Amino acid sequence: MPPHPNDGDDFGSPFFDVRLRRARLGLVVGLTGIVMIFISFSSAYVVRQGLPTLDPRTNVLLHDWFPVPLPRLMLINTAVLLISTITMELARRHAARKVALGELAAVPGVSVNAEEKVSWLALTVVLGLSFLAGQWLVWRDLAASGFYVSTSPSSSFVYLLTGMHGVHLFGGVVALLTAGVGSLLHRRADSQSIVLDVTGWYWHFMALLWVYILCLLEFVH
Amino acid sequence: MADGTGGRETIMATREIAAHEIHAHAAPQGFIRKWVFSLDHKVIGLQYYFLALTAVFVGMFLSLLMRIHLIWPNVPLPLLGEIKPETYLSLLTMHGTIMVFFVLTTAPQGGFGNYFLPIQIGAADMAFPVLNMLSFWITFLGYIVMLSAFFVVGGAPLHGWTGYPPLSALPTAGPGEGAGADLWVISIALFCVGALMSALNFITTTLDMRARGMSMMRMPLTCWAWFITAILGLLAFGVLFSAGILLLLDRNAGTSFFVPLVVVNGQLAAHKGGSPLLWQHLFWFFGHPEVYIAILPAMGLCSQLVSVFSRKPIFGYKAMVYAMLSIGFLGFMVWGHHMFMSGMSPYTAFAFSVMTMAIGVPSAIKTFNWLGTLWGGRIRLYSPMLFAIGFVSLFVSGGISGPFLAQPVLDIPLHDTYFVTGHFHLIMGVASIFGIFAATYYWFPKMFGRMMSESLARWHFWFTLIGTYAIFMPMHYLGMAGATRRYSQFTELAYLRDLIPLQKFITYAAIVTIAGQFIFLFNLFWSMKYGKKAGDNPWEATTLEWTTATPPPHDNFAGRTPTVYNGPYEYSVPGAPRDYVMQNDPTTVAAH
Repeated sequence: MPPHPNDGDDFGSPFFDVRLRRARLGLVVGLTGIVMIFISFSSAYVVRQGLPTLDPRTNVLLHDWFPVPLPRLMLINTAVLLISTITMELARRHAARKVALGELAAVPGVSVNAEEKVSWLALTVVLGLSFLAGQWLVWRDLAASGFYVSTSPSSSFVYLLTGMHGVHLFGGVVALLTAGVGSLLHRRADSQSIVLDVTGWYWHFMALLWVYILCLLEFVH
Repeated sequence: MADGTGGRETIMATREIAAHEIHAHAAPQGFIRKWVFSLDHKVIGLQYYFLALTAVFVGMFLSLLMRIHLIWPNVPLPLLGEIKPETYLSLLTMHGTIMVFFVLTTAPQGGFGNYFLPIQIGAADMAFPVLNMLSFWITFLGYIVMLSAFFVVGGAPLHGWTGYPPLSALPTAGPGEGAGADLWVISIALFCVGALMSALNFITTTLDMRARGMSMMRMPLTCWAWFITAILGLLAFGVLFSAGILLLLDRNAGTSFFVPLVVVNGQLAAHKGGSPLLWQHLFWFFGHPEVYIAILPAMGLCSQLVSVFSRKPIFGYKAMVYAMLSIGFLGFMVWGHHMFMSGMSPYTAFAFSVMTMAIGVPSAIKTFNWLGTLWGGRIRLYSPMLFAIGFVSLFVSGGISGPFLAQPVLDIPLHDTYFVTGHFHLIMGVASIFGIFAATYYWFPKMFGRMMSESLARWHFWFTLIGTYAIFMPMHYLGMAGATRRYSQFTELAYLRDLIPLQKFITYAAIVTIAGQFIFLFNLFWSMKYGKKAGDNPWEATTLEWTTATPPPHDNFAGRTPTVYNGPYEYSVPGAPRDYVMQNDPTTVAAH
């Protein structure tokens, strides 16, 4: 009988590819949930733009949607995040290679050098945190120019969308840190690789989501 | 009843495929790891179940207080004293919220789904056990936060389980709309997070952990129902979560997503330009699928039980699957029918109306298939079957008023009356509760190794069936006579005076029905200790949970992974040695 995915019955399955596939499937399902959250915000964003508001003094319906001038810094942040997806991808591939070479190294007489020169994982964490710090500066910029959360409906959405994205990206940073700590403690390389693989795809998705949010804020107003 | 040996033989027949299979987390020993922070889907299922059990009694108590207040408006109540209109609204809000979220969403899916989905598909656990544990504890936290709303300044919120702004968005809008409403929103957001994580687990488990031979179309219909429910949850709870975040910002950060220019208690609120309709759209985009999240698991279970206790294959297995899929799909297209009263273009209303009535088609398919399964079956009227048939009855009686309310021209006069209260309690509330009861009586022997008392179960069934009809059927008449829902007092209203006897009747029926639930509670706990010992397969059913020990071991199949050779409803198979063929029984494959 051919091997069946359920042969190793769950996350402790001895089969690396079964666990990897299961984790990836879980990620895709989880991202669907996240997509729904941002679809809701997007639809609220579009609907809110078209709503008139009553001016109590003149009793006239007005439009109160004034686009917020986005700080330049946002573009730099975007560049940082996009670069981090490259380092993330390198870290992901490196971890996968380590698992593949690990099997090879088990063969007597074969020596394998699986060490990387640059810790792509650490670099990704640093870039991710720089992006988040940059977003914080963007918020400060916005506040300095008089746009607070409640100033106008458009500024509410800027804070909301950047904030929600930041929270999700921070989740990715935490996952990377757990993987990093795990590898420092010399946990099983294949478990680290699965965490890094899933976080890698999550990270790419977060970058894509950020580009989408940026386009929404920049072009749909 | 069978002597319970049937399952044993099939355990022997289970082929050991791979001896190396090891369960990822060994059975824990300490009390905390075993019963509190457990990773075992069975323990987590029981935790969800008992959470829902406490919640249902809280919710029921609140409804009792409301019913008593409605007919004796000036009598001070225990714990609450005099009921002011706003107290009544708090009771109403908390009753609805606790029942919808912490009972109807929690017990059928989180409780029974967690316990039996992995076993029925032949897996050792859910795909992500740690995530599963977190889902429960986040839900539990949400429940505690929800209950704590009773005990803050101003008390529990007034805005109903639907939380319509501006009432829900303005802390000054009334007592209970301050801290109480914040806690309500936070609790809902927590519940959403827990439900999303749980949905992720259910979907991955169903797609990726089925045993050898368990193709999707060999899954019991319960598994299909949990799977489809999880998909609905995944797509719906994110939307409610977003809406909750926006509401929290409106309440606490001064934004105006949902709040228009509005005067509250003579003061102009500091908001403008928001749209209460935006909330309603987001809420009902979640809220309508939520109705199916509550009812689909009961549908799956009903299909299962009707087949088991009629000793017949389910009539139209594939039709049942496609009907559930289309109910789930259409469920996302009809949210507008909750908003006919909120102002909507007649063309939009027409579209929502047609889509809503279209749901009648798959619902009717399911009903006819249940009846078709019963037809000519050798029916064994044990308590799970009684409740399954009760479910079909309530589903039809509650569902039939759906097409009425789906039409704007009828909905507009009926919407804010007891007609709607009667409708949704029958179909979403009690029908789903009947599913929970049926599941409890059916799976109790597997979960606790003993049988529940059959005679007490019968008493409980007749009390509950007659009781719920006595409560909710008259509400339709109240509604048609114009009795408005959500009002705390109408004994003073001249045009409703003639209906007071009917209101009194409903309250008496409610008191009796609620008293009847203590039969169930007693039976549940008494049978855990003193019930008759159950065999491994007391109902002579075919699905995988009846092939394993009672209660199932930590990894469900004690180191073996079952292989599935048959569909889930092989009853009265011609040529088979018994009138049922277990799913993992290879010997009778050739016979049919």
